[in-house]
Order: sequence, then structure tokens, then C-alpha cells
Amino acid sequence: MMNMTEIRWHGRGGQGAKTASLLLADAAFMSGKYVQSFPEYGPERSGAPITAYNRISDERCTIHSNIYAPDFVVVVDETLLESVDVTAGLKPEGAIVINSERSASELRPLLRGYPGQVFTIDAGAISRKHLGAYFPNTPMLAAIVAVSGCVDREDFLRDMESSYRHKFAKKPQVVQGNLDCLAEAMKEVKE
Amino acid sequence: MSIRDRLSGNEAIATAMRQINPDVFAMFPITPSTEIPQYFAQYVADGKVDTEFICVESEHSSLSACIGAEAAGCRAITATSSAGLSFMNEVLYVAASSRLPIVLAVACRALTGPININHDYSDSMAERDSGFIQIYAENNQEAYDNYLQAHRIGETPDVRLPVMICEDGFITSHALENIELERDEDVRAFVGEYHPEHYLLKSENPLAVGPYGTSPYYMEARVAQAEAMKNAKRAILEVAADFERTFGRKYGLFEEYRMEDAEIALVLMGSSAGTAKAAVDELREQGVQAGLIKIRVFRPFPAEELAEALKHCKAVAVLDKSEGFSACGGPLFAETAAACINLDRRPKMVDIVYGLGGRDFTVDQAKRVFARLGRIVETGEIGPVYTHMGQRDLREEAQ
Repeated sequence: MMNMTEIRWHGRGGQGAKTASLLLADAAFMSGKYVQSFPEYGPERSGAPITAYNRISDERCTIHSNIYAPDFVVVVDETLLESVDVTAGLKPEGAIVINSERSASELRPLLRGYPGQVFTIDAGAISRKHLGAYFPNTPMLAAIVAVSGCVDREDFLRDMESSYRHKFAKKPQVVQGNLDCLAEAMKEVKE
Repeated sequence: MSIRDRLSGNEAIATAMRQINPDVFAMFPITPSTEIPQYFAQYVADGKVDTEFICVESEHSSLSACIGAEAAGCRAITATSSAGLSFMNEVLYVAASSRLPIVLAVACRALTGPININHDYSDSMAERDSGFIQIYAENNQEAYDNYLQAHRIGETPDVRLPVMICEDGFITSHALENIELERDEDVRAFVGEYHPEHYLLKSENPLAVGPYGTSPYYMEARVAQAEAMKNAKRAILEVAADFERTFGRKYGLFEEYRMEDAEIALVLMGSSAGTAKAAVDELREQGVQAGLIKIRVFRPFPAEELAEALKHCKAVAVLDKSEGFSACGGPLFAETAAACINLDRRPKMVDIVYGLGGRDFTVDQAKRVFARLGRIVETGEIGPVYTHMGQRDLREEAQ
């Protein structure tokens, strides 16, 4: 299909990879796109590797299989690099975004020869700074929007603000922290 | 005026239920259908519906509570999956033979064993002879639309049968996608109120429900029930026609996708049909006359219509997402083959069992099936009629 972006998320149960995939679909939906967000469920255990997927397109996508040749991969937990072949099928002209304190050049040797672009972001530090706790999925969401360009940055920040105001109607004090988290992550994600 | 939104299949079905505002929802949770009563409980708590929401101790009880409510003249609904549907088995037959138009949402999931929470049609196919109407969806939109049509179909006076609205567990139930919702008032006007002619609590004309039927009576009741299922085909098309006039989306007994001059075709159900459409499109671009038929209504089975749609094909592959252990093919194959038996010129037909327990079905797999059909047409050799697809070769892996 023309103009379809396919994204695969790797995380561990409890880190919010599935939620981040839902939020990305929400943001793309609000910008007028057709979206899919779906998790691949194995045994439901906290800490177990999980996979979630996004398809974002200009027309409705009828395909309901998993994604085997993604344009982008997001790794929410870098310890997965040792156990999961996160770049499997990843298009060389695409990119991988990894939550890590380390640089892209340090991580590249762990990526089984993947020739495409490698981005890293210290989502833990950004999340602790703005949210006071380890919620890596919020910075990772902003990072993949910045890297993939699947949603316009300004539209994304505006739509996320309205969605946070709705979601945290009873906790308005956390809205600004989440927005700062997104904005800093978009700046800090580096190749 | 439709509302552009994005919902999972479960939330889409729960939304339809909220808009219809049934009298009774008797619930017992089971993955992957659990979110349906979960969302509905929130609607109850928020005062968005005035449904009697009953938490019972099992699926046998949830459907039994629906039977009691529906017999008393109420609109009653529930939702389940997998072992939950199996546990309802006995009372599914009671609901259908008592001619109670309960609507049951099923997020279809494999049956044990091994224990598995993912999608196939083992659960719903095992209940194909229960007397329920069964309608299947490709995606969240169809699950929602089918649900909006379900009550009217089941409540049609010469039908009066319960309806299963089936969605694919996880693949549809837990996938967020775009959807066109209808406004609450438009849904309520379309579905209408339920005023049954007969019910238990009608004082001027009291009624017995579930009596003993001795041999001189039993068969007449069963024949009447069989007639009702035949009538359901007409009712489904009438409700679909009104749905199209009202909301603009068209439904039939099945969907024909690029079948007009198709030489090779798939017959399949649910979300896989959407995936296979992408394969059909690719093959059409290469000049291959490929098409597919997506079965929407499995009960009543649209045998005559399906035979008519397939008669010009040279080779057909039926894709069964449940293993019937007949040793000669799955239930969709048996029905499709039977439907074509009296055609003067029949397509060659094979059955492929696939996608069990959530095993993924891909565009490439669909293309490989079409390639096999192409070889059958070319050589005239049908090869093995009943095979499986997508399983690993464990003997090879062990070496």
C-alpha cells in the first residue's frame, strides 16, 4: 500500500510498549490517518518480552498479520538486544530507536549487522527528570514520532496536550511534565 | 452522520451494546472477551445505560440468566470466548429451541489443548449446530455493524432465534483501528424497541417455556426451528438492506471480492479475509484472475448463493481456522463442498487448515495458496485435498 508506515515495538511487560503503540495510533488518528495498533500476546507476565505493532496509512489497511518487515523498530528496554532479534526484517532504509544511556555507535555491534540508521535516547533519564519516575514509553513515543516523521511534530505535541488534558482531567498537575518529557525527547533523540 | 473514531473490536461491540441499552446483561469474564463487560460495567456505573447488569458465577449461568430474562420478555445479552462458550453448550441449545433472540458476542479463541488464549474458530465452530445464527466480522467496523443488526435479525417474528456476533479474538478484539460510529439516537431508531408477541410474564396470555417434548411433539418443534433458520437468511438480507439505506454500509450473506471473472478463489472468514484481499490485489496487478469470498453468515449457511458465486471458478481453496478432526477437512470446507455438490460444473476444491491458536496468517501465505490453485488449474491434478499450513516441521527442527 502506498504511504504506509509500519512500526514494531519491543518492550517488557509493564513498561508501557503497548500503551505507547496505542498513543502513537491516537496521535496519527488525530492527524487524519488510518491506524492500527495491536499487541502480540504471549504469556502475560510482568517483565516478559512483548511486541506491539503500528500501521499508519492514508487509506484503510485490510492486512491483519503481524509486521515482519517494519520501517521502524522501537526498543523500550535495551536488555532485549541480547535475547531478541530486534532488527529482524527491519528495512535497511528504515531506522531503529533504542532506549539507552549508550551512544548509537556503542550499540551498533549488538544489532547483528543492521546497516540502517540507529538512534538512541536516554528515555529513563528524561522520564525521571520530568515525571519523577521510570516511564520510558512517553519519551520513546516522542522519539519515534521525531525519527519516523509519521506525524507532524507540531500536530503531535498539540494533539498530545489535548489528549493528556482529557486523560488526566483529575490530575492536571501531571500534564506539563508529560509534555516536557515529549518535547525534550524529540530534541534529544540522536543518531 | 457518522462519527469518525478509533476503537478496538471489544470497545466497538461494547459501544453498540451501550447504544442499544438492553434490559439485561449477564456477565462472566473470559479472555479475550472480558473487556466487553468491563467497558459495559463502566457505562452502568456512569449511568449511561439502565441495563440490569448481573455478575454470575459461570458462563452456564450467564446464558441461563439471559434465557430467563429473554423468556420474560426482555432484551438480554452476554459475551464470552473459548471454554466459556463450551461451558454454555447445553444452554445454547435451550436458548435456540426456546426461540429466544438473545444476542451473544463471541471473541473467538482456541479451545484447549494445549491451553491457548489466542484466536481461531474452535469455539464457535463447535457450536455451529446449536441453533444460533452466527455472523462473523473482518474488523472492528464489521463487528460493530453486525452487532447493530443482530437484535432485529433475531427478533424477526418468523425467525426468533439467538444470534452470535463473532469477532476474531485479539486480532480484532484487541486491535485499535479507525471506525465510523453512528449516533446513539440513530442507532436506537434503527434497532427499535423489543415488543415480543409472547412472553412468560404476559398475564393475558401466559406461556410455558422449555417444556418436555415427547416423541409425538419433539420433531415438529425441531422442524419449526429449522424453518426459522431458513427464514433467517431472508431476515438477515432485509435488515442489511435497511442498514445500508440508513447508514450507507453494505452487507450480505458473504462478501465477494474481485470475484467477477475469478478463475481461482479462496473461501475464508474473519480478519484473514482482509489480509488475503491484499494478496488478491497484488495478483490482479500481475494479471492473475484471483478473487475471494468472505463468509459473513455461517448459520444459516448461504449454500445456494455460495454455489452460484463459485460455479465459474476453476479451483477453490477453503481456509478453515478450526480443526474439526474429521480427518477429511474442516467445517467450512464440508459446508462449501456440500453447497457445490449439485452444480453441473464444479470447481476443483481443496481445504487448508491454518491459523490455529493465533498462528499468524500473512499475505505471502495467501499468495502461496493462490499459486497452488494456479498449479491445480494448469495440471488438472488436485493433489492432497486436506492439508495444514503454517505449522513448523518439528522433525526437521530436531535434526
